[in-house]
Amino acid sequence: MEEALLRAVLFGTPILLASLGALLAERSGVVHLGVEGVMALSALAAFALALETSPLLGLLAGMGVGVLGGVALGVFAVTLRANQFVAGLSLAALGLGASGLLGKRYEGLPLANPLPEGGLALLALGLALLLHLLLYRTRFGLYLRSVGENPKAADLFGVNVEGVRYGALALGGGLIGLAGAYLSLAYRPSWTDGMTGGLGWVAIALVILAAWEPLRAVFGAYLFGLLFFLQFRLQGSVPIPSEAFATMPYLLVILVLALSGRTRAPKALGVPFERGR
Amino acid sequence: MRLELDPAPSLGKVALAYAAFLLLALFLLALLFLAYGVSPWRAFAVFLSPLTDPLGLSEVARRAIPLLLIGAGLAFAFRVGFFNIGAEGQLLLGAVGGAYAALFLPPGPWTLFLMFLLGGLLGALWGGVAAWLKVRFGASEILTTLMQNYLAYYLVVYLVAGPWKGQLVFGFLYTDRFPPWAHLPRLGDTLVHWPTLLLGVGAALALQVLLFRTPLGFALRVLGENPAAARYLGLPVGRLLLWVGGVSGALAGLAGVGEVAGIHHRLLEPAQISLGYGFTAILAAWLARGRPLWVLLTAFLLGLVLAGGDALKLAFSMPFRVVDVVSGLFLLALIGAEALSRHRVIWRR
Repeated sequence: MEEALLRAVLFGTPILLASLGALLAERSGVVHLGVEGVMALSALAAFALALETSPLLGLLAGMGVGVLGGVALGVFAVTLRANQFVAGLSLAALGLGASGLLGKRYEGLPLANPLPEGGLALLALGLALLLHLLLYRTRFGLYLRSVGENPKAADLFGVNVEGVRYGALALGGGLIGLAGAYLSLAYRPSWTDGMTGGLGWVAIALVILAAWEPLRAVFGAYLFGLLFFLQFRLQGSVPIPSEAFATMPYLLVILVLALSGRTRAPKALGVPFERGR
Repeated sequence: MRLELDPAPSLGKVALAYAAFLLLALFLLALLFLAYGVSPWRAFAVFLSPLTDPLGLSEVARRAIPLLLIGAGLAFAFRVGFFNIGAEGQLLLGAVGGAYAALFLPPGPWTLFLMFLLGGLLGALWGGVAAWLKVRFGASEILTTLMQNYLAYYLVVYLVAGPWKGQLVFGFLYTDRFPPWAHLPRLGDTLVHWPTLLLGVGAALALQVLLFRTPLGFALRVLGENPAAARYLGLPVGRLLLWVGGVSGALAGLAGVGEVAGIHHRLLEPAQISLGYGFTAILAAWLARGRPLWVLLTAFLLGLVLAGGDALKLAFSMPFRVVDVVSGLFLLALIGAEALSRHRVIWRR
């Protein structure tokens, strides 16, 4: 039982981190569909640098790649006002593809000194709390929320809408990068192609389940973590094919989307801001 | 510096924007090749090599077939504002339906027809489920169709490793070979299963006519441009969306039948049935700008991307993922150029 809860938390941690990152971006009005790919690339960057130098530098590299991914999405979704869904999906494909291509030489190598899972899980929990405080107790948080709800009004009050969105994407990207680094430096700790295995998409769905609230995302992430744990644990011990278990998280995402599809999203979510229109 | 809307960009500006973004994409691709450890020039040459000989061209055509079927359906769906990202899963379900008809239904001259029918229906069901979830519960079809891809993937893995695993195959994960009457004819020695190609051309034509020459098509385009207006006009929005989800899913399903009946002649592991056709077709549809007929061109262009990716895999033992890199980069370049050409750069505030 205790072991189950621990594994649930440890497996829920990357989902939580990525979800917090996506949440931050969405709260500012930008949908970040690139999570899966950015996570994969961050995992690779973190692992590669950890092998060559130290795990802490690897962690930073992973976060750096996440930030870059967020800024890249910003160039398309914020500055160019292109279709952010297509931009995010392309980013996902690009990240998955580039990590598969560049990571081939790291496939299967062991990491001598991995980072502690527990410490990072605690860090993730702390970050969720911090994000809650950032959103509701700081001026930047107020700006961020107002930019996501009503950018026109925020603009009239002198808030730099595009700047805040870039800030949210960069900060959120850092969290997504941290999620990838956690996978390759602590959870596994190794690198394989496709190691993100859909967690990025689960994280995006979790944002909806959590109704865009960082603290609620914590529970959702651990719930998914528990589900993934049960999937590994029950395999073989019950007369149900393992593939049926493997589908559980994805079925749950669909269920979640159906149940909370009409939850109120930030009003300006997915809409590019254009002054004077 | 900031960007302002430019409602009527000049042709030269549009061309410049596209040229700039394409060059940027090529540059980034070259950097990635360098990082992988091959000379970008050689990599580009290998990538384009399918264009230089008949065998290569037939490989391009073979890959254009599913892209054409799926892409036509997606161009149609995108036009109506239904972001079906699940063609990959719909293709797999189509392959499952086709395999069932080939292996378990009474054989006869109708077998191929039954395969396409069942595969198309299963694909339509898979696309329809996403549309239903959107209409009934407001669930984002982008995420549901993506999740359904995973479900379809595991269904196929389960089938080929479990109940449908061939009697005559031992270490491998696939079904028995389809009987000869379940094989599609091909052009000469190539892998071009032409009946599916014809089906794709027909689908692109039919959807183009439907969208731009019929009252129903007008209603669908209104829905795509402005859902609020469509509701205000009293259009049956829910029913239209279900229909669109079903049609785009059905076409992906037909593409899946084409792959198993035309190329593999058995159901096998998902990664071997589809080489990322579902995602590449999104690019084909986006390039076609919501005009199903244009997919006739874009499908072949992206068929080259897939054939080129295969050539790279053979020449430099690159992971086939390189195709995702190319698709992702060019999709980004495309929407970037599209957006930039709609804007004017103002250098002072």
